[in-house]
Amino acid sequence: MRVLIVDDSRAMRRIIGRILGDAGFEVLEAGDGQEAIDVLEAQTQLPTLACVDWNMPVMDGLTFVTEVRRRPEWRAITLMMVTTESESDRIVRALAAGAHEYLIKPFTADAMVEKLDLLGLLPVSVGEPS
Amino acid sequence: MTISPDAFTFVRELVRAESAIVLDPGKEYLVQSRLVSLARTAGHRDVDAFVRELSTRRNPATLRLVVEALTTNETSWFRDSDPFTALRESVFPTLAETRPHRQIRVWAAACSSGQEPYSILMTAQDTPELTGWKVDMLATDLSQEMLDRARSGLYSQLEVNRGLPATTLVRHFERAGLSWRISPALSSQVQFRQLNLMRPFPPMERFDVVFLRNVLIYFDLATKQDILRRVRQVMAPDGHLFLGAAEMTMGVDDAWERVPAGSSSVYRIREEHRSCVS
Repeated sequence: MRVLIVDDSRAMRRIIGRILGDAGFEVLEAGDGQEAIDVLEAQTQLPTLACVDWNMPVMDGLTFVTEVRRRPEWRAITLMMVTTESESDRIVRALAAGAHEYLIKPFTADAMVEKLDLLGLLPVSVGEPS
Repeated sequence: MTISPDAFTFVRELVRAESAIVLDPGKEYLVQSRLVSLARTAGHRDVDAFVRELSTRRNPATLRLVVEALTTNETSWFRDSDPFTALRESVFPTLAETRPHRQIRVWAAACSSGQEPYSILMTAQDTPELTGWKVDMLATDLSQEMLDRARSGLYSQLEVNRGLPATTLVRHFERAGLSWRISPALSSQVQFRQLNLMRPFPPMERFDVVFLRNVLIYFDLATKQDILRRVRQVMAPDGHLFLGAAEMTMGVDDAWERVPAGSSSVYRIREEHRSCVS
């Protein structure tokens, strides 16, 4: 499975990428929402999951989520906000826009793995020779 | 990168021998995520290489670290998820057919900081068969400090990140400064009380559901037998007991039988023993 990590912080992309890489994901990265759309448009094999920061330059995470949900060909992508935005109304807005889950920074690796479990995205390949 | 079957088997056998906790197939991701930082600290490129060296050298200190990494449980919401699915899909609907007074009594016998009793109540609210029902929750723990935390209903950002779906967070919690507070609608349904499971229980009305998860593993056989016998005395004859995944009644108190509930299982008092408690 592939994941697209959309975050303007290279350090955060590396942290999330390492957790998801250990969980068996192949990692794609983008530094903002517009770049993420460009990455998606260039893919022949879409990612299963996108982890999306909220506050980014050029195109923010909420706009990106809205855009992904607008395009039927990207409907299968599971969207999880991963952000410092922690007010209830923000979470409600993201869910209403089409995000499936919401993980608030800071978080532990276990919390990220538990969110994958909630989303039914724990790699089916676990147990196979690595 | 995921853990290989050989490495998983080694860790599984090690943890079972040292803690009596069983890591079922399917828990490979848990082993991987819990051991990856240990592996990196020890200078290995992945968990497989780390476990391979561990199985050869068997350094006692490292073995202990591995067991601790896999047995130290932070409390999560809907911990292990299967029991709560069983509640919603099997146990609560069954009870709804047999309780004419539209009232269910639940006991969370080692509630720690409160995630378990609150998760049970949230599950009850998500069970259509219980719409309009009254759920009485008794939550007990040995630790007064834990009870005070549970009663406050306040949880940090890190705590609400653990296993709680975002939709559930916004439905049942409100922001309180940097923390989150459980809604009064839920917290008002819980009665918190200090209780030592090793001592005789105070007088209590019968419970339809008892959660006694990940507690018995800490006691010797005689104490386990005594606790399970006394739990029978406070259970409704057709009540449901939930134990941890590594716990069972077989060979401890055979008055209980394990029955399937959804994709999980619960314990019920055997028919022939029910007359003793009803």
